[in-house]
Amino acid sequence: MLEPIVEVEGLTKVFKSLKAVNKVSFSIYSGEILGLLGPNGAGKTTIMHMLLGLTTPNEGEVKIFGRPLAKHRKEIIQEANFSSNYVSMPNSLTVKECLKVFARLYQVKNKEQKITELLKIFEIDDIRNKLVRHLSSGQQTRLNLAKSLINDPKILFLDEPTASLDPDIADKTRRLLQLIKKKSNISILYTSHNMKEMEEMSDRIIFLHKGNIIAEGRPADVIKRFKRKDLEEVFLKVAREERY
Amino acid sequence: MRLNRIVALFFRHVYLYRRSIPRIMEVLYWPVLDLVVWGFITVYLAQFRQNLPKFIPFFLGALILWDILFRAQQGISVSFLEDVWSRNFLNLFASPLGPAEYIFSLMLVGFTKLIVTASIMAALAWFLYSFNIFLVGISLIPFVLNLIVMGWSIGIITTALILRFGQEAEVLAWALGFLFMPVSAVFYPVAVLPPFLQAIAQYIPASYVFEGMRSVISKGGFPLDELLWSLGLNIIYIVLSFLFFYWNFRVVKKKGLLVRIGE
Ligand SMILES: Nc1ncnc2c1ncn2[C@@H]1O[C@H](COP(=O)(O)OP(=O)(O)O)[C@@H](O)[C@H]1O
Ligand SMILES: [Mg+2]
Repeated sequence: MLEPIVEVEGLTKVFKSLKAVNKVSFSIYSGEILGLLGPNGAGKTTIMHMLLGLTTPNEGEVKIFGRPLAKHRKEIIQEANFSSNYVSMPNSLTVKECLKVFARLYQVKNKEQKITELLKIFEIDDIRNKLVRHLSSGQQTRLNLAKSLINDPKILFLDEPTASLDPDIADKTRRLLQLIKKKSNISILYTSHNMKEMEEMSDRIIFLHKGNIIAEGRPADVIKRFKRKDLEEVFLKVAREERY
Repeated sequence: MRLNRIVALFFRHVYLYRRSIPRIMEVLYWPVLDLVVWGFITVYLAQFRQNLPKFIPFFLGALILWDILFRAQQGISVSFLEDVWSRNFLNLFASPLGPAEYIFSLMLVGFTKLIVTASIMAALAWFLYSFNIFLVGISLIPFVLNLIVMGWSIGIITTALILRFGQEAEVLAWALGFLFMPVSAVFYPVAVLPPFLQAIAQYIPASYVFEGMRSVISKGGFPLDELLWSLGLNIIYIVLSFLFFYWNFRVVKKKGLLVRIGE
């Protein structure tokens, strides 16, 4: 677990006068789930977008697989993937067609086999010919997740993947992700507003507040440091106190 | 640049047409109506022979040709908007897909649609009016290709502007093409324009196409000069529009607007 997959150094993003991300440094190691948490507007999504090369940082360096993202984005992104509750699939395509398009975009070798496998894993096999626009939000999320695994990524960026899911489906999704992680040694950067989920899923967490990292470590250690009984309470303390 | 990724997005659009009747209609509806109306007018005009007002065939030909340019432009900008509206845009650009691959795929989709439409029109013209486009129209093909390329340039610029200015700029997807209509000499020769518009028309590839078309209809022959002018200008503009898109793509990533597109 010591090999860093992602190394972030002094990452900064300024929007006009707002410092959305302020000199953030951290690493994600091979096979770990790193949870990014913090109140709305803390900068979680912006960090993820910078790691995907969708937003250009003002300062700082991102290295993924030991190579600078700015120079090697295409090769890096080929082995990464992304899923967000706020980004959808083309809504006039069927589930299977979506996966075919993305299998091609990522130049997946055994497309049919991979797609069949993912449809099974995410239990969307029976709706493979349904149009995306007719899916429930739980089904859409599972399709998004299936897409995010189409290229067997080594690093996965998941932005609030379980938002808008009912507790049952959310729980199933978490189990699935953990299973996948165990099987494939994938690294995952994860955000969620569900603190229980963060505690359960993350090997380590990073607590962001107004663009700054204010705590970092294993969930249990962070809880201890803040002298609280769980992450939820840590979150409330941080979110409600101005001075951090 | 990978063909595979261009093909991936090409299929994303082909899947749509395979299933959607309104979309298939869109490919057939306007061209077939154009053809029917144009055909009957021609049949009607044939009765006059001698005192046929010359401007009518000009006018109709121009209408159809302008439509081709307009469709080429829309092929780019409206397909782009579909990705934006279905909130799929970030999924695409979080993949190894590059901006040029994206644009090429839109061109490929548009071009394929056009070929299908043109073939159907040619077949219909043959069945309905025993009119063989390949006898008369072959020399029009290079001109038509020039109109398509000019439409693409406008489409790419429109797309770049929508990326940059967001929803307010979406109306450009329909409007920007028409801005070039007055100086494209679609329905009248460049000579009728006031001097400053003439000066602009000089730099508009379509103006040479339409001047060329008029000279084919009235004098016959092949207006090579016009063709070369429009070709040369088009090459410059398509390259510039790609550069503009690339530059804009970079600016938009810096401003954090790429991830906000459609919001
Ligand atoms: N493109 C942008 N332009 C201006 N401000 C932005 C932009 N993107 C994000 N922000 C601002 O940056 C801050 C961080 O946003 P975000 O990363 O989405 O937070 P989080 O995901 O933690 O809720 C917010 O205040 C947000 O309004
Ligand atoms: Mg967010």
